Amino acid sequence: MIAIVDYGAGNLTSVKKALDWLGQSSVITADPVAVERAAKIILPGVGHFAATASLAKLGLQDAIQQAIGCSIPFLGICVGMQWMFEGSAESPETPALSLLPGSCERFPSHVKSPHVGWNQIQISDSSRLFLGLESSFVYFTHSFCAPVNEATIACCEYGGAFSAAVERDHAFGVQFHPEKSGEFGLKLLRNFCEL
Amino acid sequence: MLTKRIIACLDVDAGRVVKGVKFQNLRDAGDPPELAHAHSESGADEIVLLDISAAHQRRATLLDTVRRTAKQLFIPFTVGGGIRKLEEAAAVFSAGADKISINSAAIENPSLITQVAERFGSQAVVIAIDAKRCPRNGAWEAFIQGGRMATNRAAVEWAREAESRGAGEILLTSMDHDGTATGFDCELTKAVSEAVRIPVIASGGAGSAAHFTEVFRQGHADAALAASIFHFGFHRISDLKQKLAADGIPMRWPC
Repeated sequence: MIAIVDYGAGNLTSVKKALDWLGQSSVITADPVAVERAAKIILPGVGHFAATASLAKLGLQDAIQQAIGCSIPFLGICVGMQWMFEGSAESPETPALSLLPGSCERFPSHVKSPHVGWNQIQISDSSRLFLGLESSFVYFTHSFCAPVNEATIACCEYGGAFSAAVERDHAFGVQFHPEKSGEFGLKLLRNFCEL
Repeated sequence: MLTKRIIACLDVDAGRVVKGVKFQNLRDAGDPPELAHAHSESGADEIVLLDISAAHQRRATLLDTVRRTAKQLFIPFTVGGGIRKLEEAAAVFSAGADKISINSAAIENPSLITQVAERFGSQAVVIAIDAKRCPRNGAWEAFIQGGRMATNRAAVEWAREAESRGAGEILLTSMDHDGTATGFDCELTKAVSEAVRIPVIASGGAGSAAHFTEVFRQGHADAALAASIFHFGFHRISDLKQKLAADGIPMRWPC
Protein backbone atom coordinates (compact mmCIF):
# COMPACT_ATOMS: atom_id res chain seq x y z
CA MET A 1 0.00 0.00 0.00
CA ILE A 2 1.28 3.46 -0.95
CA ALA A 3 0.53 6.25 1.53
CA ILE A 4 -0.30 9.64 0.00
CA VAL A 5 0.36 12.04 2.86
CA ASP A 6 -2.50 14.44 3.59
CA TYR A 7 -1.40 17.52 5.52
CA GLY A 8 -4.39 19.65 4.65
CA ALA A 9 -2.75 21.43 1.74
CA GLY A 10 -3.65 21.49 -1.90
CA ASN A 11 -5.26 18.88 -4.01
CA LEU A 12 -4.40 15.24 -3.44
CA THR A 13 -6.91 13.67 -5.77
CA SER A 14 -4.82 13.98 -8.93
CA VAL A 15 -1.97 11.89 -7.48
CA LYS A 16 -4.44 9.28 -6.24
CA LYS A 17 -6.13 9.23 -9.64
CA ALA A 18 -2.84 8.60 -11.43
CA LEU A 19 -2.00 5.71 -9.06
CA ASP A 20 -5.49 4.25 -9.60
CA TRP A 21 -4.91 4.46 -13.35
CA LEU A 22 -1.64 2.55 -12.90
CA GLY A 23 -3.46 -0.11 -10.86
CA GLN A 24 -1.47 0.70 -7.70
CA SER A 25 -3.34 0.58 -4.42
CA SER A 26 -2.93 3.73 -2.37
CA VAL A 27 -4.53 5.55 0.48
CA ILE A 28 -4.73 9.28 1.29
CA THR A 29 -3.91 9.52 4.98
CA ALA A 30 -2.98 11.94 7.76
CA ASP A 31 -2.30 9.10 10.21
CA PRO A 32 1.40 8.87 11.20
CA VAL A 33 1.06 5.14 11.96
CA ALA A 34 -0.35 4.43 8.50
CA VAL A 35 2.49 6.48 6.95
CA GLU A 36 5.17 4.66 8.92
CA ARG A 37 3.74 1.26 7.95
CA ALA A 38 3.27 2.05 4.26
CA ALA A 39 5.28 0.21 1.63
CA LYS A 40 5.98 3.56 -0.08
CA ILE A 41 5.25 7.19 0.71
CA ILE A 42 4.28 10.04 -1.60
CA LEU A 43 4.26 13.60 -0.24
CA PRO A 44 2.38 15.77 -2.75
CA GLY A 45 2.11 19.47 -2.36
CA VAL A 46 0.97 22.55 -4.11
CA GLY A 47 0.51 25.91 -2.53
CA HIS A 48 2.44 27.69 0.17
CA PHE A 49 5.55 26.28 1.89
CA ALA A 50 4.14 27.37 5.28
CA ALA A 51 1.53 24.58 4.94
CA THR A 52 4.30 22.02 5.52
CA ALA A 53 4.40 23.18 9.17
CA SER A 54 1.43 20.83 9.71
CA LEU A 55 3.67 17.85 8.96
CA ALA A 56 5.52 18.34 12.25
CA LYS A 57 2.35 19.24 14.17
CA LEU A 58 0.50 16.12 13.00
CA GLY A 59 3.43 13.81 13.80
CA LEU A 60 3.91 13.13 10.10
CA GLN A 61 7.45 14.51 9.93
CA ASP A 62 8.65 11.96 12.51
CA ALA A 63 6.82 9.17 10.69
CA ILE A 64 8.40 10.15 7.36
CA GLN A 65 11.86 10.44 8.96
CA GLN A 66 11.49 6.99 10.52
CA ALA A 67 10.36 5.48 7.23
CA ILE A 68 13.19 7.08 5.24
CA GLY A 69 15.60 5.78 7.89
CA CYS A 70 14.22 2.28 7.25
CA SER A 71 14.80 2.64 3.47
CA ILE A 72 11.09 2.95 2.63
CA PRO A 73 10.91 4.58 -0.81
CA PHE A 74 9.74 8.20 -0.57
CA LEU A 75 8.69 10.64 -3.30
CA GLY A 76 8.16 14.35 -2.64
CA ILE A 77 6.30 16.29 -5.34
CA CYS A 78 6.59 20.08 -5.85
CA VAL A 79 6.43 21.63 -2.34
CA GLY A 80 6.91 18.04 -1.12
CA MET A 81 10.33 18.03 -2.80
CA GLN A 82 11.20 21.53 -1.55
CA TRP A 83 10.48 20.32 1.99
CA MET A 84 13.29 17.73 1.61
CA PHE A 85 15.76 20.67 1.65
CA GLU A 86 16.64 22.88 4.63
CA GLY A 87 13.80 25.33 4.08
CA SER A 88 12.36 27.90 1.71
CA ALA A 89 12.54 31.68 1.42
CA GLU A 90 8.76 31.50 0.97
CA SER A 91 8.43 30.84 4.71
CA PRO A 92 11.85 31.03 6.39
CA GLU A 93 10.46 30.28 9.86
CA THR A 94 8.96 26.92 8.76
CA PRO A 95 11.32 24.03 9.57
CA ALA A 96 11.88 21.41 6.87
CA LEU A 97 13.19 17.84 6.63
CA SER A 98 16.80 18.96 5.91
CA LEU A 99 17.62 15.69 4.18
CA LEU A 100 19.32 17.71 1.42
CA PRO A 101 21.60 20.75 1.74
CA GLY A 102 20.54 24.23 0.66
CA SER A 103 17.23 26.02 0.65
CA CYS A 104 14.66 27.07 -1.93
CA GLU A 105 14.72 30.58 -3.35
CA ARG A 106 12.35 32.75 -5.41
CA PHE A 107 12.92 32.97 -9.19
CA PRO A 108 14.92 36.05 -10.24
CA SER A 109 12.79 39.09 -11.05
CA HIS A 110 13.62 39.15 -14.79
CA VAL A 111 11.44 36.09 -15.46
CA LYS A 112 7.68 35.80 -15.01
CA SER A 113 6.64 34.09 -11.83
CA PRO A 114 5.14 31.62 -11.12
CA HIS A 115 6.93 29.31 -13.58
CA VAL A 116 3.86 27.70 -15.12
CA GLY A 117 3.79 25.29 -18.01
CA TRP A 118 5.77 22.62 -19.81
CA ASN A 119 9.53 22.96 -19.64
CA GLN A 120 12.27 20.58 -20.68
CA ILE A 121 14.28 18.73 -18.06
CA GLN A 122 17.78 17.39 -18.63
CA ILE A 123 18.34 14.08 -16.93
CA SER A 124 21.90 14.36 -15.60
CA ASP A 125 22.22 11.10 -13.76
CA SER A 126 20.89 7.63 -14.49
CA SER A 127 18.33 6.99 -11.79
CA ARG A 128 15.85 4.21 -11.12
CA LEU A 129 13.19 6.91 -11.24
CA PHE A 130 13.98 7.60 -14.92
CA LEU A 131 14.28 3.97 -16.02
CA GLY A 132 13.30 3.82 -19.71
CA LEU A 133 12.81 7.60 -19.86
CA GLU A 134 14.76 10.29 -21.69
CA SER A 135 14.98 14.06 -21.16
CA SER A 136 11.49 15.38 -21.88
CA PHE A 137 8.89 18.08 -21.28
CA VAL A 138 7.13 18.05 -17.94
CA TYR A 139 4.55 20.30 -16.25
CA PHE A 140 5.68 22.79 -13.61
CA THR A 141 3.82 25.30 -11.49
CA HIS A 142 5.86 27.00 -8.75
CA SER A 143 7.38 30.32 -7.64
CA PHE A 144 10.31 28.97 -5.60
CA CYS A 145 12.96 26.51 -6.69
CA ALA A 146 15.60 24.24 -5.20
CA PRO A 147 19.33 24.60 -5.87
CA VAL A 148 21.34 22.20 -8.00
CA ASN A 149 23.58 20.00 -5.85
CA GLU A 150 25.04 16.51 -5.63
CA ALA A 151 21.57 14.99 -5.12
CA THR A 152 20.29 16.50 -8.40
CA ILE A 153 19.35 13.88 -11.01
CA ALA A 154 17.59 16.25 -13.45
CA CYS A 155 17.92 20.00 -14.07
CA CYS A 156 15.65 22.60 -15.61
CA GLU A 157 16.40 26.12 -16.86
CA TYR A 158 14.21 29.09 -15.95
CA GLY A 159 16.01 32.28 -14.99
CA GLY A 160 18.94 29.95 -14.20
CA ALA A 161 19.33 26.24 -13.48
CA PHE A 162 17.38 24.59 -10.69
CA SER A 163 16.81 21.04 -9.45
CA ALA A 164 13.94 19.38 -11.31
CA ALA A 165 14.53 16.03 -9.58
CA VAL A 166 16.66 14.81 -6.68
CA GLU A 167 17.65 11.45 -5.22
CA ARG A 168 19.25 10.46 -1.93
CA ASP A 169 19.27 6.69 -1.34
CA HIS A 170 15.58 5.69 -1.45
CA ALA A 171 14.23 9.23 -1.15
CA PHE A 172 13.29 11.05 -4.36
CA GLY A 173 11.86 14.45 -5.13
CA VAL A 174 10.45 16.04 -8.28
CA GLN A 175 9.68 19.73 -8.65
CA PHE A 176 7.32 19.08 -11.59
CA HIS A 177 3.97 17.27 -11.42
CA PRO A 178 4.31 13.72 -12.76
CA GLU A 179 0.56 13.25 -12.29
CA LYS A 180 0.05 16.10 -14.81
CA SER A 181 2.94 15.39 -17.19
CA GLY A 182 1.22 12.97 -19.56
CA GLU A 183 2.84 9.65 -20.49
CA PHE A 184 6.27 10.64 -19.14
CA GLY A 185 4.83 11.39 -15.71
CA LEU A 186 2.83 8.17 -15.55
CA LYS A 187 5.94 6.14 -16.45
CA LEU A 188 7.92 7.92 -13.75
CA LEU A 189 5.22 7.15 -11.17
CA ARG A 190 5.18 3.53 -12.33
CA ASN A 191 8.97 3.39 -11.87
CA PHE A 192 8.57 4.69 -8.32
CA CYS A 193 5.78 2.21 -7.56
CA GLU A 194 7.93 -0.66 -8.81
CA LEU A 195 11.03 0.18 -6.71
CA MET B 1 13.08 26.61 -22.31
CA LEU B 2 9.55 27.12 -21.03
CA THR B 3 7.23 26.33 -23.92
CA LYS B 4 4.16 28.25 -25.05
CA ARG B 5 1.01 26.33 -24.18
CA ILE B 6 -1.79 25.33 -26.54
CA ILE B 7 -5.00 24.93 -24.56
CA ALA B 8 -8.13 23.19 -25.81
CA CYS B 9 -11.36 24.56 -24.39
CA LEU B 10 -14.55 22.55 -24.02
CA ASP B 11 -17.72 24.62 -23.69
CA VAL B 12 -20.13 22.31 -21.91
CA ASP B 13 -23.93 22.56 -21.73
CA ALA B 14 -25.84 19.98 -19.71
CA GLY B 15 -22.94 17.52 -19.82
CA ARG B 16 -22.20 17.79 -23.57
CA VAL B 17 -19.55 19.79 -25.42
CA VAL B 18 -21.25 22.41 -27.59
CA LYS B 19 -20.18 25.16 -29.89
CA GLY B 20 -22.17 28.04 -31.23
CA VAL B 21 -21.37 31.52 -32.39
CA LYS B 22 -21.84 33.97 -29.51
CA PHE B 23 -23.79 31.35 -27.53
CA GLN B 24 -26.39 31.03 -30.32
CA ASN B 25 -27.19 27.93 -32.42
CA LEU B 26 -25.38 25.53 -30.09
CA ARG B 27 -24.03 22.57 -31.99
CA ASP B 28 -23.24 19.27 -30.31
CA ALA B 29 -19.51 18.54 -30.47
CA GLY B 30 -19.31 15.45 -28.29
CA ASP B 31 -18.71 13.86 -24.91
CA PRO B 32 -16.37 15.87 -22.62
CA PRO B 33 -14.17 12.94 -21.43
CA GLU B 34 -13.75 11.60 -24.98
CA LEU B 35 -12.88 15.00 -26.46
CA ALA B 36 -10.53 15.88 -23.60
CA HIS B 37 -8.71 12.59 -24.06
CA ALA B 38 -8.51 13.00 -27.84
CA HIS B 39 -7.08 16.53 -27.49
CA SER B 40 -4.56 15.32 -24.91
CA GLU B 41 -3.45 12.55 -27.28
CA SER B 42 -3.15 15.08 -30.08
CA GLY B 43 -0.76 17.23 -28.03
CA ALA B 44 -2.90 19.71 -26.07
CA ASP B 45 -0.88 21.11 -23.17
CA GLU B 46 -3.92 21.69 -21.05
CA ILE B 47 -7.71 21.31 -21.05
CA VAL B 48 -10.19 23.96 -19.94
CA LEU B 49 -13.81 22.99 -19.37
CA LEU B 50 -16.26 25.89 -19.17
CA ASP B 51 -19.80 25.13 -18.08
CA ILE B 52 -22.22 27.37 -19.96
CA SER B 53 -25.39 25.60 -18.72
CA ALA B 54 -28.21 27.61 -17.27
CA ALA B 55 -27.65 28.10 -13.55
CA HIS B 56 -30.50 25.87 -12.36
CA GLN B 57 -29.24 22.76 -14.15
CA ARG B 58 -25.55 23.40 -13.60
CA ARG B 59 -24.65 21.76 -10.25
CA ALA B 60 -26.24 18.42 -10.98
CA THR B 61 -24.23 17.68 -14.09
CA LEU B 62 -21.02 19.68 -13.70
CA LEU B 63 -19.39 17.65 -10.93
CA ASP B 64 -20.21 14.40 -12.67
CA THR B 65 -18.76 15.72 -15.94
CA VAL B 66 -15.60 16.91 -14.16
CA ARG B 67 -15.19 13.55 -12.42
CA ARG B 68 -15.60 11.57 -15.65
CA THR B 69 -13.24 13.86 -17.56
CA ALA B 70 -10.53 14.01 -14.88
CA LYS B 71 -10.43 10.24 -14.49
CA GLN B 72 -8.52 9.64 -17.71
CA LEU B 73 -6.74 12.99 -18.09
CA PHE B 74 -3.11 13.38 -17.01
CA ILE B 75 -2.43 16.93 -18.13
CA PRO B 76 -3.57 20.09 -16.30
CA PHE B 77 -7.33 20.48 -16.14
CA THR B 78 -9.12 23.77 -15.44
CA VAL B 79 -12.85 24.05 -14.74
CA GLY B 80 -14.95 27.21 -14.81
CA GLY B 81 -18.49 28.45 -15.10
CA GLY B 82 -20.65 29.72 -12.29
CA ILE B 83 -18.27 29.05 -9.38
CA ARG B 84 -19.31 31.63 -6.80
CA LYS B 85 -18.27 30.30 -3.40
CA LEU B 86 -15.30 28.66 -1.74
CA GLU B 87 -17.34 25.49 -1.08
CA GLU B 88 -18.29 25.26 -4.75
CA ALA B 89 -14.62 25.59 -5.68
CA ALA B 90 -13.70 22.88 -3.16
CA ALA B 91 -16.25 20.50 -4.70
CA VAL B 92 -14.84 21.08 -8.19
CA PHE B 93 -11.29 20.43 -6.95
CA SER B 94 -12.28 17.24 -5.20
CA ALA B 95 -14.01 16.09 -8.40
CA GLY B 96 -10.58 16.27 -10.06
CA ALA B 97 -9.94 19.81 -11.34
CA ASP B 98 -6.40 21.19 -10.91
CA LYS B 99 -7.42 24.81 -11.33
CA ILE B 100 -10.66 26.72 -11.31
CA SER B 101 -11.51 29.67 -13.48
CA ILE B 102 -13.59 32.46 -11.95
CA ASN B 103 -15.06 35.44 -13.79
CA SER B 104 -18.23 37.21 -12.57
CA ALA B 105 -17.94 36.10 -8.95
CA ALA B 106 -14.40 37.47 -8.69
CA ILE B 107 -15.47 40.94 -9.85
CA GLU B 108 -18.49 40.94 -7.55
CA ASN B 109 -16.53 39.55 -4.59
CA PRO B 110 -12.77 39.96 -5.13
CA SER B 111 -11.96 38.42 -1.72
CA LEU B 112 -13.02 35.06 -3.22
CA ILE B 113 -9.73 35.07 -5.15
CA THR B 114 -7.73 35.28 -1.91
CA GLN B 115 -9.90 32.69 -0.15
CA VAL B 116 -9.40 30.09 -2.89
CA ALA B 117 -5.69 30.94 -3.25
CA GLU B 118 -5.08 30.56 0.49
CA ARG B 119 -6.74 27.17 0.60
CA PHE B 120 -5.66 25.66 -2.74
CA GLY B 121 -2.67 27.80 -3.75
CA SER B 122 -2.42 30.59 -6.32
CA GLN B 123 -1.50 28.09 -9.03
CA ALA B 124 -5.07 26.77 -8.76
CA VAL B 125 -6.77 30.13 -9.37
CA VAL B 126 -7.33 31.36 -12.91
CA ILE B 127 -9.12 34.67 -13.28
CA ALA B 128 -11.10 34.85 -16.51
CA ILE B 129 -11.55 38.33 -17.95
CA ASP B 130 -13.91 39.01 -20.86
CA ALA B 131 -12.71 42.30 -22.34
CA LYS B 132 -14.19 44.61 -24.95
CA ARG B 133 -12.74 47.80 -26.36
CA CYS B 134 -14.74 50.84 -25.38
CA PRO B 135 -15.45 52.99 -28.46
CA ARG B 136 -15.38 56.17 -26.37
CA ASN B 137 -11.84 56.06 -24.99
CA GLY B 138 -10.25 53.05 -26.73
CA ALA B 139 -9.53 51.29 -23.43
CA TRP B 140 -10.70 47.73 -22.72
CA GLU B 141 -13.51 47.17 -20.26
CA ALA B 142 -14.19 43.96 -18.33
CA PHE B 143 -17.61 42.37 -18.83
CA ILE B 144 -19.35 39.72 -16.70
CA GLN B 145 -22.36 37.38 -16.96
CA GLY B 146 -21.14 35.81 -20.19
CA GLY B 147 -20.43 39.22 -21.71
CA ARG B 148 -23.90 40.58 -21.04
CA MET B 149 -23.02 43.04 -18.28
CA ALA B 150 -20.51 45.89 -18.32
CA THR B 151 -18.55 46.48 -15.12
CA ASN B 152 -16.97 49.91 -15.62
CA ARG B 153 -13.67 48.24 -14.72
CA ALA B 154 -10.67 48.65 -16.99
CA ALA B 155 -9.54 45.13 -17.96
CA VAL B 156 -5.83 45.90 -17.50
CA GLU B 157 -6.30 47.38 -14.05
CA TRP B 158 -8.59 44.50 -13.00
CA ALA B 159 -5.94 41.98 -14.12
CA ARG B 160 -3.40 43.76 -11.91
CA GLU B 161 -5.75 43.70 -8.93
CA ALA B 162 -6.54 40.01 -9.48
CA GLU B 163 -2.81 39.27 -9.42
CA SER B 164 -2.32 41.21 -6.19
CA ARG B 165 -5.21 39.29 -4.60
CA GLY B 166 -3.61 35.93 -5.38
CA ALA B 167 -4.60 34.90 -8.92
CA GLY B 168 -2.10 32.53 -10.53
CA GLU B 169 -3.03 33.08 -14.18
CA ILE B 170 -5.23 35.33 -16.32
CA LEU B 171 -7.49 33.82 -18.99
CA LEU B 172 -8.12 36.80 -21.24
CA THR B 173 -10.90 36.63 -23.83
CA SER B 174 -11.37 39.34 -26.41
CA MET B 175 -15.10 39.79 -26.92
CA ASP B 176 -14.35 41.80 -30.07
CA HIS B 177 -12.47 38.90 -31.66
CA ASP B 178 -14.31 35.92 -30.16
CA GLY B 179 -16.03 33.77 -32.77
CA THR B 180 -14.57 35.73 -35.69
CA ALA B 181 -11.63 33.43 -36.57
CA THR B 182 -9.73 36.57 -37.67
CA GLY B 183 -6.96 36.24 -35.09
CA PHE B 184 -6.39 36.95 -31.41
CA ASP B 185 -6.45 40.51 -30.07
CA CYS B 186 -2.69 40.99 -29.81
CA GLU B 187 -2.93 44.56 -28.58
CA LEU B 188 -5.18 43.62 -25.66
CA THR B 189 -3.07 40.57 -24.83
CA LYS B 190 0.14 42.59 -24.85
CA ALA B 191 -1.35 45.32 -22.65
CA VAL B 192 -2.40 42.79 -19.99
CA SER B 193 0.71 40.64 -20.31
CA GLU B 194 2.96 43.63 -19.71
CA ALA B 195 0.88 44.78 -16.72
CA VAL B 196 1.20 41.55 -14.70
CA ARG B 197 3.91 39.04 -13.79
CA ILE B 198 1.61 36.01 -13.87
CA PRO B 199 1.00 34.06 -17.10
CA VAL B 200 -1.63 35.30 -19.54
CA ILE B 201 -3.71 32.92 -21.67
CA ALA B 202 -5.04 34.57 -24.83
CA SER B 203 -8.47 33.55 -26.05
CA GLY B 204 -10.91 34.55 -28.77
CA GLY B 205 -10.36 34.75 -32.49
CA ALA B 206 -8.16 31.77 -33.34
CA GLY B 207 -8.56 30.76 -36.97
CA SER B 208 -5.15 29.73 -38.27
CA ALA B 209 -1.68 28.71 -37.13
CA ALA B 210 -0.41 32.19 -38.04
CA HIS B 211 -2.80 33.68 -35.47
CA PHE B 212 -1.12 31.65 -32.73
CA THR B 213 2.35 32.77 -33.83
CA GLU B 214 1.15 36.40 -33.77
CA VAL B 215 -0.29 36.25 -30.29
CA PHE B 216 2.86 34.62 -28.89
CA ARG B 217 5.23 37.03 -30.69
CA GLN B 218 3.31 40.31 -30.72
CA GLY B 219 0.85 39.71 -27.89
CA HIS B 220 3.45 38.22 -25.51
CA ALA B 221 0.93 35.53 -24.53
CA ASP B 222 2.18 32.64 -22.42
CA ALA B 223 -0.56 30.35 -23.69
CA ALA B 224 -3.33 30.44 -26.28
CA LEU B 225 -6.73 28.85 -26.04
CA ALA B 226 -9.19 27.77 -28.71
CA ALA B 227 -12.30 25.63 -28.88
CA SER B 228 -14.19 25.02 -32.09
CA ILE B 229 -11.22 25.00 -34.48
CA PHE B 230 -9.97 21.94 -32.61
CA HIS B 231 -13.25 20.06 -32.05
CA PHE B 232 -14.46 20.05 -35.61
CA GLY B 233 -11.11 18.94 -36.93
CA PHE B 234 -10.29 22.09 -38.89
CA HIS B 235 -6.97 22.04 -37.10
CA ARG B 236 -5.47 19.06 -35.37
CA ILE B 237 -3.45 20.24 -32.39
CA SER B 238 -0.54 18.06 -33.51
CA ASP B 239 -0.45 19.79 -36.93
CA LEU B 240 -0.72 23.21 -35.30
CA LYS B 241 2.15 22.51 -32.90
CA GLN B 242 4.31 21.20 -35.70
CA LYS B 243 3.75 24.43 -37.67
CA LEU B 244 4.44 26.64 -34.65
CA ALA B 245 7.60 24.69 -33.79
CA ALA B 246 8.77 25.17 -37.40
CA ASP B 247 8.04 28.89 -36.95
CA GLY B 248 10.45 28.96 -34.01
CA ILE B 249 7.83 29.15 -31.25
CA PRO B 250 8.97 27.01 -28.28
CA MET B 251 6.53 24.10 -28.20
CA ARG B 252 6.19 20.83 -26.34
CA TRP B 253 6.63 18.97 -29.57
CA PRO B 254 6.94 16.10 -30.20
CA CYS B 255 5.25 15.26 -26.92
